[in-house]
Amino acid sequence: MRQTIDETNQLPATERRDFLYYATASTGAIAAGAAVWPLINSMNPSADVTASGTVRVDLSGVEPGQRITVKWQGHPVFVWRRSEAAIQAARAVDLDQLPDPVDEAGENPNTSGEEPALDENRAAGEDGEWLVVIGVCTHLGCIPLGQDGSAVGEFGGWFCPCHGSHYDTSGRIRKGPAPRNLDIPPYDLGDDLQLVIGT
Amino acid sequence: MAGIPHDHYEPSTGAEKWLHRRLPVVGILYDTIMIPTPKNLNWMWIWGIVLTFCLALQIITGIVLVMHYTPHVDMAFASVEHIMRDVNGGFMLRYLHANGASLFFVAVYAHIFRGLYYGSYKEPREITWIIGILIFVLMMGTGFMGYVLPWGQMSFWGATVITGLFGAIPFVGESLQTWLLGGPAVDNATLNRFFSLHYLLPFVIAGLVIVHIWAFHTTGNNNPTGVEVRRGSKAEAEKDTLPFWPYFVIKDLFALALVMVIFWAIVGFMPNYLGHPDNYIEANPLSTPAHIVPEWYFLPFYAILRAFTSEVWVVQIASFLTGGIIDAKFFGVLAMFGAIVVMALAPWLDTSSVRSGRYRPMFKWWFALLCVDFIVLMWLGAMPAEEPYASFSLIGAAYWFAYFLVILPLLGVIEKPDPRPATIEEDFAAHYGDADSKSAAPAE
Amino acid sequence: MFKKLAISSILALALAPAAALAAGGEAHVEDFDFSFEGPFGAYDQNQLQRGLQIYTEVCAACHGLRYVPIRTLADEGGPGIPEDQVRAYADQFMVLDEISNPQLFDTETEEYRALIPADHFPANNSQSAPDLSLMAKARAGFHGPYGLGINQFFKGIGGPEYIASLLVGYEEPPACAPEDFPGHYNTVFAAGGIPDSCRDEHGHSTIPGSWIGMAQPLYGEDVEFADGHSNELHHEAQDVAAFLMWTAEPKMMARKQAGFAGVLFLTVLTVLLYLTNKRIWAPHKGKRKHD
Repeated sequence: MRQTIDETNQLPATERRDFLYYATASTGAIAAGAAVWPLINSMNPSADVTASGTVRVDLSGVEPGQRITVKWQGHPVFVWRRSEAAIQAARAVDLDQLPDPVDEAGENPNTSGEEPALDENRAAGEDGEWLVVIGVCTHLGCIPLGQDGSAVGEFGGWFCPCHGSHYDTSGRIRKGPAPRNLDIPPYDLGDDLQLVIGT
Repeated sequence: MAGIPHDHYEPSTGAEKWLHRRLPVVGILYDTIMIPTPKNLNWMWIWGIVLTFCLALQIITGIVLVMHYTPHVDMAFASVEHIMRDVNGGFMLRYLHANGASLFFVAVYAHIFRGLYYGSYKEPREITWIIGILIFVLMMGTGFMGYVLPWGQMSFWGATVITGLFGAIPFVGESLQTWLLGGPAVDNATLNRFFSLHYLLPFVIAGLVIVHIWAFHTTGNNNPTGVEVRRGSKAEAEKDTLPFWPYFVIKDLFALALVMVIFWAIVGFMPNYLGHPDNYIEANPLSTPAHIVPEWYFLPFYAILRAFTSEVWVVQIASFLTGGIIDAKFFGVLAMFGAIVVMALAPWLDTSSVRSGRYRPMFKWWFALLCVDFIVLMWLGAMPAEEPYASFSLIGAAYWFAYFLVILPLLGVIEKPDPRPATIEEDFAAHYGDADSKSAAPAE
Repeated sequence: MFKKLAISSILALALAPAAALAAGGEAHVEDFDFSFEGPFGAYDQNQLQRGLQIYTEVCAACHGLRYVPIRTLADEGGPGIPEDQVRAYADQFMVLDEISNPQLFDTETEEYRALIPADHFPANNSQSAPDLSLMAKARAGFHGPYGLGINQFFKGIGGPEYIASLLVGYEEPPACAPEDFPGHYNTVFAAGGIPDSCRDEHGHSTIPGSWIGMAQPLYGEDVEFADGHSNELHHEAQDVAAFLMWTAEPKMMARKQAGFAGVLFLTVLTVLLYLTNKRIWAPHKGKRKHD
């Protein structure tokens, strides 16, 4: 490369020539850069993947206390018809006991923005009977245990076996390395108990 | 043969010396990029860089396309539509890849015919030439197998017809064809192996390209005069040459950009012009299209294949002499591959002492006729196999062979060449004026 | 393209008489004027929407569109229908050939579910009619002359023109045909059966077109357009052909945009490289003596 510069320096230098060389080189560089982006972008999720984001589930057959798992966009979504005790346990927690007391906008798309991670904000409906969370540990992406009612962890919600994160009955991180509460998918649940995830 | 004398890379800093003693990669790159190049190279010497670009384009777009393509008979066609409709920019990638194949062949034919006219195949560049022909053959194989992958009607029936050529080989043909297809007919096994090879062969081509470049960097480039660079001393060589960088790199890049404008216009505005509508119909093993046509770049050889029917007396004689082992079908196959083999043999068939066609008054006309012949054969390959096209094809095919087997050997004996310039410097000065007087003082 | 052009320029002169031998009786494909033709042409959204309506109300009875995702009806470069309307459209769409669409079978309810925008249009093999997703690219309306591809260079390949011409190409069978000849006479369809009584002694057809399996699907006034656009046969045929061009090439607008930007940019690069090349070589080149 050093030799290359010597070569061009041998040519009589004028400012106009320099400008032409710079213009050509930068235009060529832009062309090369513009060619790279589509290659990278083609590996982003394709339109069919981003579009297949709506799942409908009929929850009318779910018993109190029962937990079901729904596959949505390749991830499990935990749907839990919580018992009164579980709701009470979730609502009894003070915010300052939580490692992650605030749900950012993306973590709970059903609220208008940043919200305190209160169970009232995380569960569905006035009585908070239904809890819908994405079943992916916010630490490194394992699927927490607890859907079958056993291995629910120290706080009665879920327990991630990979690195020992404990989630409470509102899906909030209470103990272990996970940085955030379990994320909540965008969903819609009406009185007819038709759950639409990803509206 | 000693290379053209020129400056070599001298490591100066400690780090450079350290690396150079262990791996002289910088030195090799320097020698490659600064190689003394005959300064009179004309605009037909740009196709090498276009071809290099095509290979890179095909490999890069191909790798990305593979991420979205499914090589299975039930899903291949749909996965291509998935690329066209859902993958971000996928339609552009696929059209670039499909039309890139066409650009590749436009460039390779221009490159080959340039070599044929300027005698680039002649001593001492036989190895460069033969490697080149080998690359060309691999390109045809890669192009053919790539065309099968979308699994359209033309893909399927093209694969059926072309692999059928191997079935024509006496004794082993049928088992060879079955082996190639992985079954009695083109099916999933065929698609899978073609996919595997279509991905593999471009890298083999890339390796051969390096050998190709290595070979002609050893002998030095040919040039429009066919007169060799003087290599008695560095000073003498510098009168005939200029370093590849920046002179020829910039020149080639300009030509490449110009080619790209046209290429991009085709991809953007008429990407299906060179394709065949039938390939937008999913492969149906139970229904053959009315008119099977290979891709345009195979047409000249396809015309030669079809030219030799059982009515042709040469075929009848061959059949009689071999007791029917060489029938019309096999003869056609031999002719098609023979048409490429005679090209590879050109270095030994051409007896002329003069390299460049520029100084061969009779050769010029025969060569022009060969170009016309090639284009006419291309047209005939697309026409139905009926009169008068069949007779034209036979004449065209006959000329192709006559050019290499009769005309090239004879011309060298009977032709009286025109006077040639003694040096490249002289030729360059004749075209562009005397450079020495100018370059001494700063220009402008 | 170069080769084809080179072929054309050489052969148009040299071989014109020979090629006149090509068989007659060729069907005439009308060169409809579509809004999306040429480097700057764009789809007419209203036309695509009308075409969709014709497809839905008429063609969909027999033909599928299995490669076209319903959600793309909302695409800006396509029909551009608002998303809630697309959802409603999908929900109402009747799946006529359930067997061919196993992906819609819900194993829990053991019923075929309704379509959602993320689904493709259903396949429809109930009448053995070809899928229409790619029809506009799988047919060529224009050929030649003499296999040279010049017509396609100037007029386009002619897929949508072929479809529209075919739809208006139904006529009373010619007198040479027997009453009971199977199919429907169409002056544009070339790949169908022709009765022997309509061939000359060399076996060449004496009539344009041939007999097609599909009964005449459009007669004019088959649909009512909300925007009051003419529903005369010729217009309907053109609208549905335009729609099918979109189903075959949904990214045409984006492609032309990329083509335009690329050509423009590469032209600038070419000019800059030309000037750079000239300047680099200037010290080594004197005044040209010739050429």
